[in-house]
Parts: sequence; structure tokens; C-alpha cells
Amino acid sequence: MSEKKTNRRDFLFTATYAVGAVGVGATIWPMIDQMNPDASVKALASTEVDVSAVNPGKTITVLWRGKPVFIRRRTQDEIAEARSVKLEDLKHPEKDEDRAANPEWLVMLGVCTHLGCVPLDQKGEYNGWFCPCHGSHYDISGRIRKGPAPTNMEIPKYEFVNANTIKIG
Amino acid sequence: MSDHEYTPKSKFGKWFNDRLPLLTLANHLTDYPTPKNLNYWWTFGGILTFCLITQIVTGLVLAMHYIAHADMAFDSVEHIMRDVNYGWLIRYIHANGASMFFLAVYIHIFRSLFYGSYKAPREIIWIIGIIIYLLMMAAAFLGYVLPWGQMSFWGATVITNLFSAIPLVGEGIVTWLWGGYSVDNPTLTRFFTLHYLIPFLILGLVVLHIWALHVPGNNNPVGIDIKKPSKDTVPFHPYIVIKDGFALLMFMIVFAFFVFYTPNILGHADNYIEANPLVTPAHIVPEWYLLPFYAILRSVPDKLLGVVAMLSAILILAALPWLDTSKIRSAVFRPLYRQFYWILVADVLILGYVGAMPAEGLYLLVARVATAYYFLHFLVILPVLGWKEKTLPIPLSITEPILGGSPNLATAKNKESLNK
Repeated sequence: MSEKKTNRRDFLFTATYAVGAVGVGATIWPMIDQMNPDASVKALASTEVDVSAVNPGKTITVLWRGKPVFIRRRTQDEIAEARSVKLEDLKHPEKDEDRAANPEWLVMLGVCTHLGCVPLDQKGEYNGWFCPCHGSHYDISGRIRKGPAPTNMEIPKYEFVNANTIKIG
Repeated sequence: MSDHEYTPKSKFGKWFNDRLPLLTLANHLTDYPTPKNLNYWWTFGGILTFCLITQIVTGLVLAMHYIAHADMAFDSVEHIMRDVNYGWLIRYIHANGASMFFLAVYIHIFRSLFYGSYKAPREIIWIIGIIIYLLMMAAAFLGYVLPWGQMSFWGATVITNLFSAIPLVGEGIVTWLWGGYSVDNPTLTRFFTLHYLIPFLILGLVVLHIWALHVPGNNNPVGIDIKKPSKDTVPFHPYIVIKDGFALLMFMIVFAFFVFYTPNILGHADNYIEANPLVTPAHIVPEWYLLPFYAILRSVPDKLLGVVAMLSAILILAALPWLDTSKIRSAVFRPLYRQFYWILVADVLILGYVGAMPAEGLYLLVARVATAYYFLHFLVILPVLGWKEKTLPIPLSITEPILGGSPNLATAKNKESLNK
């Protein structure tokens, strides 16, 4: 044991540990990955919504991937208000133009970015949404203005299939 | 541990014990020398064992009737309440049992804080205890989700979203926990599985907790090391068994009061409304036993830091044996610590109160001050007290000051001689 030379046995030990570690990893991974969204959950990826009955100043809430999506038809005043906000005043600076390509329609995930509650419509200090759980205030563009939420409410991928139908996802 | 060798009396007993020394273990547990001055605050270990067994037994029975499916869970709980024979009783025992479990564990923890039971050589007992406490909180949270009411659903949403505060991987972890893009059926089934598993993990840790306790033996109200067995000890059976038994009976009266007279007072009416992913209840609050930590979470205006503060508030307890630098265990001989101890108790109660109130105005301010004080107590006051405080002389044994007419300074040794 005086010589510290790497011999055949050391090599075999190292190789055995390495193969063993790969084997353990390959066995554990399916046990972990089985908890990720399964094929049936992923299959429900898109929803089509008819918005012809929504009047200006009203919001409808639809379910997409188990989460609420707010679709608000904004009034001219609300659009003007949303577009007049200076970016310096925002905690998470985003232009309203980038959040609502068609200014009349705001389509966003109705999920507070703090801890996932559903904010209440036309409440709070900024005339938009207010989360009752921990007191986050959002403006009429769904941008965070006050409270613990770190970011604006998320805009999902969506498109107008025709003038009256929005496809989310 | 008793030093004398134990030999079973019967021939069969001897034959069996030579092969599996269960009788030696039973003998160790009955003869186990216990400090004779243990007061009623020491009976909560036994009470907690009772709580754990109660939860496991009632939980097993409930699992025979409960259906872990998002479409059927809520109805199956109502089925238990209305149709199953004595289902109402079993469910109310289980639901209130969780609250009783936490009531007992908080008394148990604060007893340790007062009498310095976490100090050397009992650090491992204490840390195992903190792990048990963490698992209890996990089990309580998972169990609260199972009835699939509004509070279940939104509590699950808020708590799982705590993980989204982790930078980069947070969102991925939350999706993985949910098994989807929101709390839904896959979440419910895995929560049920884990809720079933955790009590058995706790049971295993309780065995380690007691094993680790039986190495140095119980701390005691005087907080000094004692000779075992000696004039200062009594055998566990019958002395402590009877005392624990009496305390357990008193505890069961409180337990039964909740179960039979106000079974829903500790819950939320919103949880009798089936889960609805489109509507968040106006006022979300966790169960009472989690309120102080919830107040800490909400008192920090930043999402990540709020979660960090809340977790630190729990994990800081594990470092307590090293944060408290005083050599004297019992607060009886620490006049300053005794005052700070009661301030801490008040601080935690205040945090619990503001945790139940809306996070705004004066409540928010109070929550912030109380949160700051909580950390100040552990991180500054305790380490500084250890070398600033003038402690009172501690007795040489439990018996001595009583027989000599206490307090007898001649028979007491001071802090300096203890340090040797």
C-alpha cells in the first residue's frame, strides 16, 4: 500500500461506480418524469372562444389548460388610459401595444403572478384587477402596479380565427 | 439506560429473548430512570404519540371510503359525513385531530425552548423533532387538499406556487408538482398518496426521536445533568406512565370538546363549497397552525424573499442549539432569557393573529415588526444573552435544594464551575 500507483483494480472500481451511477440515474428518471404533465393533459392545449356576445367594458373568463383566461373588451377610455402610462412607472415595463395587439381586446391568463390566485375584475387602485389573496393591484392592461406580484399577468399565445372567435393556445 | 443485565423469568421468555431481545427493550422502557421533577409540560411527548396513532387509525378508515378523483372527492367526503356508519365521527376526529396534534406540538416545542432541552447533548433529538414538525406541516397541507373544497384547491394553488419563486427552474418544478398546468386531478391523486405516506415516515422518525432521547435521558425543569439511576430519578413505569396518562385524559377532554361541540370552528366555511378553478375565495387563509409563517410570507413585499423568509423562520429552529450560546439550560436560572422567552411567545401569537387578518394598513406594519423581531430573537438576542446574562446559581442535584431548604447557595454551584 506504499505505492500510490493507479492499478487495474482502481480502474475497475471507478468504472463500476460510473456504470452503477448511470444505471441508478436511468432507473430514477422515469420515477421522477412520471409526475410531469401526461399526454392526455398536453392534448388539451388549445381552446376556441366565441366573443361575439361580449360588450365593451365587459370581461369573460374561460378555462384553458385548467386555468382561467380573462378576455376583456376594453372601452376607448380604458385603451387611452392603458396606453398613456409611462414605462418608468411600471414594475415590469411592458407597452400596452405589446400586450394587446388589437387594443379593444385584452386576452390574458387570469392568474396572479404572485401565488396563482384569480384576481378580481374592476377592483384595486389602478382600475384593473385586484388579487384578494395577497393584495396585488393590476392596471387595465393587466400590468402589476402595486403589491407582491413580481410580473404582469401573462399573455397566452392566441389568435383571432375570425372577427368573433379567439383561439387560445 | 439501566446498566443491570435483564433476564426474563420464564423459560420461554429466556429462550425468546436470547433470539430477539424484545423483552430487554420492554424492560428498558419500564425501568427507564426519569427525573422525578418532570412537570406536566413533559407529558406532551406521550400526548403527541397518541395524536399520531389517532391520525393513522382514523386516516386508514377514511381511506376506505374516500375517492381521490377531482370529480368525486368532494362528494365522497359528503358521503362519509352522511352515509358511512359513524363516518361523521371518524372524519371530525381526523380533521380536529390535526389541530390537536399541532396544539400539542407547539406546547412541546415551547417547553423545549423554555427549559433549553435542545442544548448539548440533545441536539440530534431536537433536529429530528424539527424534521418531524416539517413533515407534520406537509401532511397537514396535503390532507387539507383532499376534500377538494374551495380552500383545498386555492390553498394547494398558493402553496405549490411558492416553488415558482425559485429562479430559472421554479415554473418547471410547479408544473412537475401539479402534473399539469394547474392544480387538477393528477395533483389530487399524488397528494393523496403522499398524505398516506408521510405519517409512516413520522412514525419512523418518532422511534429515532425516542431512541436519541434515551441516550442522555430526559432534560428536566432544573435543567441540570443528573445521575441515573439515583435519588433524582424514578422508574418510567408506573410513575411517568400514570402522570402521562392523566395528562392525556385531560387533553382528550379538550379534543372531545372540539369533535362533539364545535367540529367546524377550526375550519373554513369555504371548504364546504366544491373546488372552482375560476373563482378564488375573497379571503384565503391557511389553518391556524400555519398562520405565523403565513404572516411572515406576506410581510415581505418581494415574492422570492418572502418565501425565503418564511422557510428561514422554520429552518432557523434547527440551528438553535448553536445560536443559543448559554451553558445554562433552564430558563428558571436565566432571568433575562425568561423575559425574552415570553416576548417571543407573544411575538409568535401576534404573527398568528395578523396572519389571519388582511395584509394591509396597520396589520401589515405589525406583521413586519413582529417578523423582524422573530429573527432578531434567534440571530442577535440569543447569541448575545449567552455571554452577557448573569445567571442564577444552579443546584447540584434535583433533591439537594429541597432537602436542604432551598435556595441553598452552599449546595449550589455557579456558572464558572459548570464550564469546567
